[in-house]
Amino acid sequence: MGELPGDLKYSKSHEWVRINDDATLTIGITDHAQDQLGDMVYVEVPEAGRELKAQEAFAVVESVKAASDVYTPVAGTVLEGNEALADTPEAVNQDAFGAGWLMKIKPVSLDALNELMDAAAYQEYIDSE
Amino acid sequence: MGNRTPLYDTHLAMGAKLVDFAGWDMPIHYGSQIEEHHSVRRDAGMFDVSHMTVVDLIGEQARPFLRHLLANNIDKLQQRGKALYSCLLNARGGVIDDLIVYFLEESWFRLVVNSSTRDKDLAWIGAEARAFDIDVVEQPQLAMIAVQGPEARAKTLSVLDESWREAVSGLGLFFASEHDDWFIARTGYTGEDGFEIMLPDTDAVKFWMALSEAGVRPCGLGCRDTLRLEAGMNLYGTDMDESVSPLVSGLGWTVGWEPETRDFIGRAALESERKTGPKQKFVGLLLEDKGVLRNHQKVLVNGAAAGEITSGSFSPTLGRSIALARVSADIGDSCQVEIRGKLLAARVVRPPFVRNGKPQIELN
Repeated sequence: MGELPGDLKYSKSHEWVRINDDATLTIGITDHAQDQLGDMVYVEVPEAGRELKAQEAFAVVESVKAASDVYTPVAGTVLEGNEALADTPEAVNQDAFGAGWLMKIKPVSLDALNELMDAAAYQEYIDSE
Repeated sequence: MGNRTPLYDTHLAMGAKLVDFAGWDMPIHYGSQIEEHHSVRRDAGMFDVSHMTVVDLIGEQARPFLRHLLANNIDKLQQRGKALYSCLLNARGGVIDDLIVYFLEESWFRLVVNSSTRDKDLAWIGAEARAFDIDVVEQPQLAMIAVQGPEARAKTLSVLDESWREAVSGLGLFFASEHDDWFIARTGYTGEDGFEIMLPDTDAVKFWMALSEAGVRPCGLGCRDTLRLEAGMNLYGTDMDESVSPLVSGLGWTVGWEPETRDFIGRAALESERKTGPKQKFVGLLLEDKGVLRNHQKVLVNGAAAGEITSGSFSPTLGRSIALARVSADIGDSCQVEIRGKLLAARVVRPPFVRNGKPQIELN
């Protein structure tokens, strides 16, 4: 596993959040999370327009081993799910912080981001787990 | 900390991710479960299965004892070295465990049973053995390595001691040979050709490394499970247990009904179940939609409950999700499976899904 991108925020349940220029958010699971789960074989992403509460399960990532829910750290409206993952679930393993993104969301507010960790804090968190 | 096999340090050095399995710290994979799966289907892979329990039955009454103990008929084994798969049943016909028995000599049969059921198996076998003049001797000093895949035999033979390479290369399917505390059987749990090798724990690391140098890929228990599922082989505790009989677990073929005079444990219960006709049967499922079948998901026909998945996963060889399921005896060719509140279409098929690297079912 490589270095954690410095421009992202991280949650204790191993999601990452990128703040885009237009104040929308892109959310996925971390490289650490995909490594723990193993080879991905199926990913279910949310449909555009779905309203999400903070901490609500919005996606399911299934590895050979098990199905796991993915939780949104921030409330908002889904703008887009990464439909390409239906045919290429392995993108979550190969490029968790890039092509393996799960959804784009228009947040109700950015305040919840203050609860999240920066790269250094998240690194410390996974090292201590 | 769990029990460790003699290969524990070797696994760590080879990058294994270890998990608890029935009290043992065992490799689940060494990086990619799917790549390991493909290696076994296309080339050769090896598994440390030293956690499994080896029990020898020693004594002149070993064969009469096994006639009583096992649901399959031990008298099918007439040639030395031959192996037989059987269920161990309780009096109600419930499955205590499944096992392989090898006939080595009239006074020496070897059983390999599951590690997750070791304690209850040893207690059961020990209690039943009291009426017979035999010794039940566990062999915990034996390590076990399974080498599986189309190239498994050639690669294993290339690293074997010359003194018995010929004997091993001539082994027929489901035959074993033993030599100097080593025991090699042409058996497995993947649907591929290969060997299961029992050897003294002190020899295990050297042999494992020799196999690795010969191009045999280390494989974890993760892909062992997807390989056996594709091969349509049952997993004890998941596909069957003491609450069900072999007749509703896809294992009716392993019951040795003939001769009728053989009064094995569980026979009366199975006879009566057979007479009334089992209400359930054991089938394979192929998911028609995208998604992954998992253990305990509900099977439905026209919206009505029709059974449950006992083992489900993703099939790397087929690129589709497959399962084994216990369903109503009258199920047709199609059904639905409930996955997170949605009903997805599945086809009812006859296992195996894959044998010797080749799909055995039409993918449509």
